[in-house]
Amino acid sequence: MTDSTKKSTIDSSRRDFLSKAAVAGTVTIAPGLLLHSTAQAASSGNISTRPHDEDVSNKNRWGLLIDTEKCATGCTDCVDACNEENGLVSHGRPETDAQYIRKVTLKEKSTGHESSLPLMCQHCETAPCADVCPTGASFVRADGIALVDKHICIGCRYCMMACPYKARSFVHEDVENQKLTAPRGKGTVESCTMCVTRIDNGGIPACVEACTAENHNAMIFGDLNNPNSDISIALKSRGGKQIRSDLALNTGVRYQGLNE
Amino acid sequence: MTRFLRQFAVPVYALIGLTLLSPSAIAETPFPTIHEPSDESLKCIHPEDEMRRNHMKYILHERDETMHEGIREEPESLANCINCHVEPDEKGEIAGIDSDKHFCNACHQYAAVQIDCFQCHADRPQKFINRNGHSSSITQQLKRTLADNAGVNE
Ligand code: HEC
Ligand code: HEC
Ligand code: HEC
Repeated sequence: MTDSTKKSTIDSSRRDFLSKAAVAGTVTIAPGLLLHSTAQAASSGNISTRPHDEDVSNKNRWGLLIDTEKCATGCTDCVDACNEENGLVSHGRPETDAQYIRKVTLKEKSTGHESSLPLMCQHCETAPCADVCPTGASFVRADGIALVDKHICIGCRYCMMACPYKARSFVHEDVENQKLTAPRGKGTVESCTMCVTRIDNGGIPACVEACTAENHNAMIFGDLNNPNSDISIALKSRGGKQIRSDLALNTGVRYQGLNE
Repeated sequence: MTRFLRQFAVPVYALIGLTLLSPSAIAETPFPTIHEPSDESLKCIHPEDEMRRNHMKYILHERDETMHEGIREEPESLANCINCHVEPDEKGEIAGIDSDKHFCNACHQYAAVQIDCFQCHADRPQKFINRNGHSSSITQQLKRTLADNAGVNE
């Protein structure tokens, strides 16, 4: 695995997706769990309000929107927060250390325009990882979150080969002192879970929380199916692209500020 | 016939001898010491005998529901068992999963059950997880501490 991925094939045909989105007053997103208790947030589509005993459904589709113009080159606040949240430790071997988010620089060949952005699992609707998985361990949850069921993952790594974003890591080492909310161990594949435990508990992903807390405000989390969510409103007003939209994977992670 | 008798006689004499000489030797079948939560007011999620027999069914069922359906409220969560059942001893030390003092391992070691769950799952409640080697930057930790303390002096 190399550390930086350069891609230039980006198209804007998705610009007007969600064009049916209704206009609503913008709601400023407060960091983390605070949102949970506010009545306004309940219907906002910015966090999950699904009761804990109700199955996930495709009523929601969780997504991320990243504004590359606000994402500073060299800033790793989201990556640090992710590592902390998931208990990812470096073994001093970047080639094989688990990474859920990487900061990459994309360069537009024709203009030379560069953008810095966090690249993580893009949470595809039609996920190549799930297609190739021989055991059904790679799957996309009904609400759009691509996950690995590590209980049935055999560590074959087909999904890593299939992923166009190189978003997955294999755990090569015995793991100790895991976070109680983020089990991980040797011999299985893993990637960004969009912080599924946080989402299920009405929170927002750790990366978005850190980016917002630091006032960079380059990341928005929310329900793509809810026209009133901050993410839908931002997408409606300024559009958003999918990286490698030519692959028609309908990713849940969208980017703003990328040039043609 | 004599051969049979001889074969039989030895263990029988041995048994009689044992019972006569040290009756306590038989009573002292070693049982595992299972640590129960020190808070007496706590009750397990199901009756104790049911838990002894069927705890694995509950956790395995819960596992699939949580992974695929996002069900999180069930008391059968593995994290929940750990939070209740694992606590430091009088010396403040907390037994790891490899120790026969760890709640989940006490019986398993005794009954020769091997589970791999704790290769991935934390064997102790979050507040006792010491993540010395963790990778977050110092600034990140500082900010976190500041955020935790925000509003304390107001
Ligand atoms: C290869 C790593 C791995 C192994 C081994 C493993 N798990 Fe998990 N387990 C996970 C991950 C990852 C999750 C998802 C965490 C989440 O979303 O909360 C999980 C979630 C769970 C959950 C739901 C969350 C909770 O805390 O209740 C249960 C129950 C569970 N596992 C039980 C088990 C049991 C029992 C075993 C052993 C038979 C086991 N697991 C072995 C990785 C593993
Ligand atoms: C609310 C705290 C609590 C939770 C959560 C909890 N337990 Fe218990 N458990 C207890 C207590 C207290 C006992 C002692 C018996 C009693 O009073 O019910 C016990 C007893 C047991 C026993 C029998 C031990 C013996 O002495 O034979 C087993 C096995 C057990 N629990 C397994 C589990 C498993 C597995 C889980 C998670 C699915 C779990 N418990 C969750 C509190 C808890
Ligand atoms: C009272 C003794 C006892 C305690 C305490 C106990 N177990 Fe067990 N456990 C057993 C026995 C005995 C078996 C094997 C049952 C069988 O094979 O039929 C078993 C089996 C299991 C299995 C299934 C293993 C397999 O390969 O099918 C899992 C998973 C499990 N236990 C998890 C736990 C966890 C997690 C805890 C701690 C929260 C725990 N157990 C505490 C006695 C115990």
